[in-house]
Amino acid sequence: MSRSQTFIDDSFAQEGELAGLWAMGARRLLLLGGIGLILTGMFFGDIFAVYTLHQNAARVGAHLEAAANAALSGSRAVALANFKDVGSFLENRGTKVDTHVHMIDFGYLALLLAILQPWVGLAESSKRKIAWTFLVGAWLLPVGVYLIHYVGLARSPLKAIGWASIAADFGGLLVLLATLVYLIGLAMHSRGGGASRSDELLGDRSLEGRMLFAGGLALILLGFSHGSYYAAADLYRHEAQDYTLLAQMSAGAAAGARVVVNDALAGYGQLQGAKAVNIAAHAHSIEFGLLAIMMAFFQPYVSLRAAWKRGWAAVLLIGSLMLPVCVLLEMKFGLVAGGLADFGGLLVIFALLAMWIGILRYTGDLDAAVGMRSALGVRQ
Amino acid sequence: MSGSRRLLIIGGIALAVWGMSYGLWYAVFAEHQALDNIGGSLAGSFAAAADRNPGLMESSLQQYREAKYVYDRQVDVHGHWIGLAMLLIVLGVGFDRVGFSERFKTLLALGLLVGAVVFPLGVLLQTISHGPLPRAIAIAGSGFVIAGLLGCAVGVVARRSSGASTA
Repeated sequence: MSRSQTFIDDSFAQEGELAGLWAMGARRLLLLGGIGLILTGMFFGDIFAVYTLHQNAARVGAHLEAAANAALSGSRAVALANFKDVGSFLENRGTKVDTHVHMIDFGYLALLLAILQPWVGLAESSKRKIAWTFLVGAWLLPVGVYLIHYVGLARSPLKAIGWASIAADFGGLLVLLATLVYLIGLAMHSRGGGASRSDELLGDRSLEGRMLFAGGLALILLGFSHGSYYAAADLYRHEAQDYTLLAQMSAGAAAGARVVVNDALAGYGQLQGAKAVNIAAHAHSIEFGLLAIMMAFFQPYVSLRAAWKRGWAAVLLIGSLMLPVCVLLEMKFGLVAGGLADFGGLLVIFALLAMWIGILRYTGDLDAAVGMRSALGVRQ
Repeated sequence: MSGSRRLLIIGGIALAVWGMSYGLWYAVFAEHQALDNIGGSLAGSFAAAADRNPGLMESSLQQYREAKYVYDRQVDVHGHWIGLAMLLIVLGVGFDRVGFSERFKTLLALGLLVGAVVFPLGVLLQTISHGPLPRAIAIAGSGFVIAGLLGCAVGVVARRSSGASTA
């Protein structure tokens, strides 16, 4: 190897050390672990949306209808049995949604903590241990939540909470403690008048970084505006409708009025759909906005050609806008809009995967340079 | 780290810790009971309908309505506190891109922090009182957050255009 190449590798390795990205360092662990969590959560969400969500909603509707019909014919036991099934389907759906949401949110938090590492006034070895604690908790909670529906209360020492719930809660506690220790570290650095550190991540003003930052901010504003509009215009009306329709259903059943029951059932299905798409559009727009801004900061670590980096930034933003907009249109255009929304989600996943691979390439180059440096050091 | 940045980042992490603690407490001590209450009261109303017992049906539905109202808000509060906390941290990290004076940025950061705390708090207070005050608090909180976000967006654009004109 030439002397100049050795020099380049040497300075590259030092640059990596300055950025806190050395092998198994806290920032690297949180960065790669965080994107891994987000990607897994998104894949899980897409698979859940395509293969489980709609089928599950149909089953809930069918059993609710069966319960109403049982009440109509005066059969208390059948009505209660159907409600037990509805409860089970709803628990199944709820735990899957919670798994998806917590995995992605913990991924976001990991990325944020990765960005903040230079300002955490703790020793690197402590930061690394806390990062591991955070990641263990961040995986344990969603996996535990996912298993709640299947494990139930089997061999549980508690009356209402099963082992899966206990594991999930313990995972949440680990994440909480790790975040708390990082907060203390930040306060220590801040109080001690910690030396201001230059971080290339925050100084980057590349085109792809600016695209992601501005696009992310716009997505968050869009999501907030939609959420405020929904809360002001529809939320209370929807809550009142929820009660009115259920009252109609049960009163119609008690009076033996089948037409009233069927109308109320149809209306209830529509209402649940309207609530779900509005909440999903609001939440996804803001979450994708946050993701875009965070990925804007990490662009210097994405080891891809500039044109590719811009392309993937554009794909991420297009998918991030497409998903919430198409989810909102689902009530009007049905499965076509639903399919487009899923495609938007896939675009985000592909863009994020590409950026993750770019970061892996960067850290791989870094490790190779460090390895080369230490090998040369041994030889000298 | 500038004062406005510190306010957003440390305030954001503190809010995230608070939101997670609230979620953990809720999951361990309240959520299962709330879900049982919602499911039980709804099933009870249909069983009462099957028994042609309108009084019990009505009271069970009222119980369902109240339990669902409280549950939805408690889950929303947990999600919004943590979501807004992450937003504060992200904005804090990128706050040097906002092209205003440090004094104005501190005001902007304070407004965002207050909004992020108060908006979910207003939603939580709705579980205690159905009157207009909690709603007004929630609306004021969300107004602070939206105004703060708009301020940040304007600041980013202002910095970019001033940078462009300088160049």
